[in-house]
Amino acid sequence: MLEIRNLHVNVDGKEILRGIDLTIRAGETHAIMGPNGSGKSTLAQVLAGHEAYEITEGVILYEGQNLAELEPEERACAGMFLAFQYPVEIPGVSNTYFLKTALNAIRKARGEEPLDAVDFLALVKEKMKLVHLDEKLLHRPVNEGFSGGEKKRNEIFHMAVLDPKLAILDETDSGLDVDALRIVAEGVNALRDETRAVMVITHYQRLLNYLVPDFVHILAKGRIVKSGGRELALEVEENGYVGLEEPTEVLQPVGY
Amino acid sequence: MPTATETIKDLALHEYKYGFVTDIESDVAPKGLNEDIIRFISAKKNEPEFLLEWRLKSFRHWLTMVEPTWPHVKYPSIDYQDIIYYSAPKAKSGKPKSLDEVDPELLATYEKLGIPLREREMLAGVAVDAVFDSVSVATTFKKKLSELGIIFCSFSEAVEHHPDLVRKYLGSVVPYTDNFFAALNSAVFSDGSFVYVPKGVRCPMELSTYFRINAANTGQFERTLIVADDDAYVSYLEGCTAPMRDENQLHAAVVELIAHDHAQIKYSTVQNWYPGDKEGKGGIYNFVTKRGKCLGVNSKISWTQVETGSAITWKYPSCILLGDNSVGEFYSVAMTNHYQQADTGTKMMHVGKNTKSTIVSKGISAGRSNNTYRGLVKIGKAAENARNYTQCDSMLIGEKCGAHTFPYIDVKNNTAQIEHEASTSKIGEDQIFYCRQRGISTEDAVSMIVNGFCKEVFRELPMEFAVEAQKLLGISLEGSVG
Repeated sequence: MLEIRNLHVNVDGKEILRGIDLTIRAGETHAIMGPNGSGKSTLAQVLAGHEAYEITEGVILYEGQNLAELEPEERACAGMFLAFQYPVEIPGVSNTYFLKTALNAIRKARGEEPLDAVDFLALVKEKMKLVHLDEKLLHRPVNEGFSGGEKKRNEIFHMAVLDPKLAILDETDSGLDVDALRIVAEGVNALRDETRAVMVITHYQRLLNYLVPDFVHILAKGRIVKSGGRELALEVEENGYVGLEEPTEVLQPVGY
Repeated sequence: MPTATETIKDLALHEYKYGFVTDIESDVAPKGLNEDIIRFISAKKNEPEFLLEWRLKSFRHWLTMVEPTWPHVKYPSIDYQDIIYYSAPKAKSGKPKSLDEVDPELLATYEKLGIPLREREMLAGVAVDAVFDSVSVATTFKKKLSELGIIFCSFSEAVEHHPDLVRKYLGSVVPYTDNFFAALNSAVFSDGSFVYVPKGVRCPMELSTYFRINAANTGQFERTLIVADDDAYVSYLEGCTAPMRDENQLHAAVVELIAHDHAQIKYSTVQNWYPGDKEGKGGIYNFVTKRGKCLGVNSKISWTQVETGSAITWKYPSCILLGDNSVGEFYSVAMTNHYQQADTGTKMMHVGKNTKSTIVSKGISAGRSNNTYRGLVKIGKAAENARNYTQCDSMLIGEKCGAHTFPYIDVKNNTAQIEHEASTSKIGEDQIFYCRQRGISTEDAVSMIVNGFCKEVFRELPMEFAVEAQKLLGISLEGSVG
């Protein structure tokens, strides 16, 4: 589904990603872990198509398409979703109106009829339950006045409604208490099936207790320095990132 | 809604009535302005003596006035002797013969607004051959109104059929001495609308210039007068959401509203005249004086405006709150893009006791445009317990535009309560990126954010206007981001 080859990315002329290779197949969940400043969020933003991030080398293929050729909204319409680390507030635009606009834009791109108000509301009610979203948040402006936890939950709610093929979660666990963490994880788990893939970006292992990954990759200084299974995350929890800063033991990336 | 053909039909009848068809040559006054020209205009329109006198007085006063320089707008000086002050409706030969000859950008806008083909032709000024329907919407509509005693006609018709009403109310809210452009309009006004709603009558439908005879050619000096007698109610929609093809650069209109005891007037405008091109060339100068007088007790006047067109907009729809307990409202969205300039706002003059006013202004600036809110809240000595609430928000799109706010408050009675809130915000790239990541294109994202910003004003618009106004903002904003 996603194939990243030798990806180098600059931000403001500074190289942040320095040769990433990663393959994610349908049905898989990959965790990307790493210390602060290792390039985790850069990877998420590049995948979503943020203009400030410049690909200097390498290629990203999403379902065989060169991602660099797609605008951010085209990527979204093709089934990519990024749950933001810092969800953005949009005053004056209600959460439901926003979501309906987004969903119908994606449906239009897929050649589907727009969802009418009744069907949309039914869908929203169903997905709200998934993340225990307070109904009042539906009618408030997008993320405005939401608590940190509500914002993160709202991201997962958006994801559930938009029904992506590849979901990228950028530190969705930060700022969440254990209960909220479990709810968010359950929301993501409900989406997991053999046709979809999930990339979880996190600093800590605790989310992975609820959202169990198939693969774990350690990112340090813009490179994947170690890849493994679930146990790698536990190892990090025990020992921290010490000793993982330099690529001592580069495993063949999954999928090769 | 009448089709283009109906409008053409009305136009044709009108021409016949005044004999325009027979002699087109003499129906254009020579360039320039003097008392002879004014006499010519008045004679052409068969006006009664009092009106000619009033025009002449206005003209003489205008000569003593100077063009205002205080608005926050810039434009090359206007040569008032280089304008044709009277011309009969254009002959077909001067107009584009089909839509193929019309500016494709204009056509693209009609397409996006979903305007029916026939109407597009009318708006673009295409010479449509009139094919008459036996019963036009306009005729049925007029019949229903006249049964209720409501007068809704062109200003010229009002002068002819209801001269006493015209004489009584004309200039009673905006005297010809009021300001430079109002004086000019009073001297040379061409036509416009007249509405009179009698005592106790609630006008059952929104009155729109769409339905008025001769709506397509009111000219650049439009004059509108709306009177709601005791306990009457009327909602009036001015203009059209589609851009109008228009060669006239200067538009100086005057609108006067009069509300008697317990009467209510709601006046909504969507103005989308030609704003000039992306480099700031051309476009309409829209210098308008709009004022309402709440003459009676418990009367109410509401102005709602959505201003997206014109190269320069200079207008302050205002309320004189004379009657005790009267209410004035002003809801405004002013959007400027490219090199457009807008200096707009309102004046709320509290004279009577327990008078209330509400001002909600939303200014959006994009491109290299400048957008100014200018408002005056004046509480007179006798205005016990007057109240005003003002909310004035600006939104900036991009780095090169400007937003300015000049609120004036003048209070002469210490029982007054005045609130003023203001904010300035910017559409951030992070907001746009967030929307795009969810599948929403940049243009849709901007339009969604701007519409959210304007929600409180759109709520005040009649339904069909609100929908078009939203589309219109989206179109006006095209190319302003990214």
